[in-house]
Amino acid sequence: MKIIPFIVQKEFLQIFRNKSMLPIIFVMPFVQLLVLSYAANFEVKNLTLYITDHDYSAASQRLVNKFQGTGYFQLTGLSSGVQAGFEQIEKNEADLILQIPFDFEKNLYSRQPTDLQLIVNAIDGIKAGLANTYSNAIIADFNEEISAELPVTQVMRRAVPIQIESHNWFNTELDYKTFMVPGILVLLVTMIGAFLSSMNIVREKEIGTIEQLNATTIKKHQFIIGKLLPFWLLGLAELTFGLILARLIFDIPFEGSLLLVFGFAAIYMLVVLGIGMFISTVTDTQQQAMFIAWFFLVIFILMSGLFTAIENMPIWAQQITRFNPVAYFVKFMRMVLLKGSTFQDVQYLFGAITLYAIIINVLAILNYRKTSI
Amino acid sequence: MKQFIAFVKKEFYHIFRDKRTLLILFGMPVVQVILFGFAITNEINEAHIVFLDKSHDVATDKIKDKILSSGYFRLNEKTPRSSADLQEIFREGKVKVAVVFGQNFYKNMLTHQSANIEILADASDPNMATTLTAYVTAIIRQYQAEEQTITGGLIGTEVKMLYNEQLKGVFLFVPGVITVILMLVSAMMTSITITREKELGTMEILMVSPLKPGLIILGKSTPYIALAMINAVTILLLAWTVFEMPIRGSLLLLLAECLLFVITSLSIGILISTITNSQQTALLISLMALMLPTILLSGFIFPINSMPLVLRYVSNIIPARWFIEIVRSIMLKGVGLEVIWTETLVLAGMALLFIVVSIKKFNIRLG
Repeated sequence: MKIIPFIVQKEFLQIFRNKSMLPIIFVMPFVQLLVLSYAANFEVKNLTLYITDHDYSAASQRLVNKFQGTGYFQLTGLSSGVQAGFEQIEKNEADLILQIPFDFEKNLYSRQPTDLQLIVNAIDGIKAGLANTYSNAIIADFNEEISAELPVTQVMRRAVPIQIESHNWFNTELDYKTFMVPGILVLLVTMIGAFLSSMNIVREKEIGTIEQLNATTIKKHQFIIGKLLPFWLLGLAELTFGLILARLIFDIPFEGSLLLVFGFAAIYMLVVLGIGMFISTVTDTQQQAMFIAWFFLVIFILMSGLFTAIENMPIWAQQITRFNPVAYFVKFMRMVLLKGSTFQDVQYLFGAITLYAIIINVLAILNYRKTSI
Repeated sequence: MKQFIAFVKKEFYHIFRDKRTLLILFGMPVVQVILFGFAITNEINEAHIVFLDKSHDVATDKIKDKILSSGYFRLNEKTPRSSADLQEIFREGKVKVAVVFGQNFYKNMLTHQSANIEILADASDPNMATTLTAYVTAIIRQYQAEEQTITGGLIGTEVKMLYNEQLKGVFLFVPGVITVILMLVSAMMTSITITREKELGTMEILMVSPLKPGLIILGKSTPYIALAMINAVTILLLAWTVFEMPIRGSLLLLLAECLLFVITSLSIGILISTITNSQQTALLISLMALMLPTILLSGFIFPINSMPLVLRYVSNIIPARWFIEIVRSIMLKGVGLEVIWTETLVLAGMALLFIVVSIKKFNIRLG
């Protein structure tokens, strides 16, 4: 049983000796956490708006003020010509144009229907959708205001009062970072774990030292455990640092139990390392290992629900995410950290990830034997 | 010239010998375009909803029907009986919105007292919460308008979505995918292939051959230019055939800009290879200094306008940011060089700078 600690010691020596790897392991994840948390932001801010006002009346001015007052829109220009607005859209200076028609005020006060026109640059569909939603809300509001001021007629009496009140739970301030940071922590430990472990055994192969290790009395399982233990510890250490940063810098609420988080992370790391090891056993050079790891990581990360919700994917894609360990961990972190879900709520995630860990590691060990004999 | 062709041939042999890397090089663009096209979307699709109905009358039933038939929502199998149940249901994670109807809803509506509806959204995903709340509100308002004899809405809005009528996410992502793939092939692969010659010691042998150093570098990069352009065309074809993404501007201009970007990336790759000695370092530098910023800060996935000011400045020195802008403008807006000449000039300037610096560095190494 003394053999494993020796292998672990050797691995740690090698990790700390490699000067180009050290910054990658210890600095990069935190730069990533900081940059990603600020950059990975679908929150739509600073929408630029151009207004074409054909009416130039008190009412149209009031609508313009209302648009400016909400804070969603930044006015880039106001004129009565259409052309200037289109030019701004073409040059990306404006995101949308609001056109106020002739006789806007006159129609409004005489209760004639009048049509506003919104022209949105829709290359970014998300942004366009939100711009549309915001504008419509503002216009509806404006409408209500005007209606209230108009003299009440007999017909208006039938107005149906419905009060709508909306609440946002778990993230009352709608802070996007609160949503992203738990997921980014997952990304961080996954990348480190997968890259390091996938390049590890293959390196011994490339250099030829694997033959020497195979010739010693070290048993296969001791070798594997000894190889993986250091990275497992590193991964959990990174997670700890990451969580501390998340708490201190981003003020992420820890609603659920941290014990639960680390319990899950411990099993999850086994999966990531298992995948890395599996890649290591099927490749011959570090370059190949790196490419394959990169390829799968990109797919895993894109399909994890980290950046776009899994619920919005088509059914077949949702089925594929069942095989994606990253998706399980991202979901788990959000549930436990933000909503305070208990073990009861997440036990199926535990089950799935444990099963995954067993399968992938058995596969990797089987494959390792085959290549080394 | 004959020697040069022979040299390029040798490079192609190197590339075609490594089947696994080759498979990934050609498989990656296809997989990524398909993923982005179908799976990576922010369109709301059957979000799970629950109702807590304290009235159970004609009006609430009608509203529920309207919400469920809108196509955006799907009734979850759980039915809350009290407000306390809601907390529980949200914590399980599936349900995104809950709509709570107040007591005596229909009666209040008829007697002109306020009829109350409460919309609760799981805002751990803020955008989703905002959008879903807006959808539910719009549906209720519509119901309200139908119940009134004259519509409250005097102002209609006509919305026109320019360049992308159906708001397809793939239109936004395709230019980014092209960028990342071109960067990967031309910068990362080149830097690795040149450092490999150094690491293995074969660079010395090439140096004493009659080929001039400039030609050696050119010969090493030619195959990657070809590979990168093949990839670019593959992605464009896929986008066009599978997702009906148009190329509204000039195809020739688009390909020329692709070539310009490939040359810019190549020059970065060459620069990296002149300052490193091992493949692993070259790989890690490419990954950290090129790929990550390209993906994160170029506006590929995340809008640059939403970033803090510092990151917006940083994004200016990333070539990909300019290239993505160019591709989007040509493909979707159909504009010509007269609109995108600034971006083109920036890219060309960057390429020139990197080439000059690497020639300087390269000469020093020879001495």
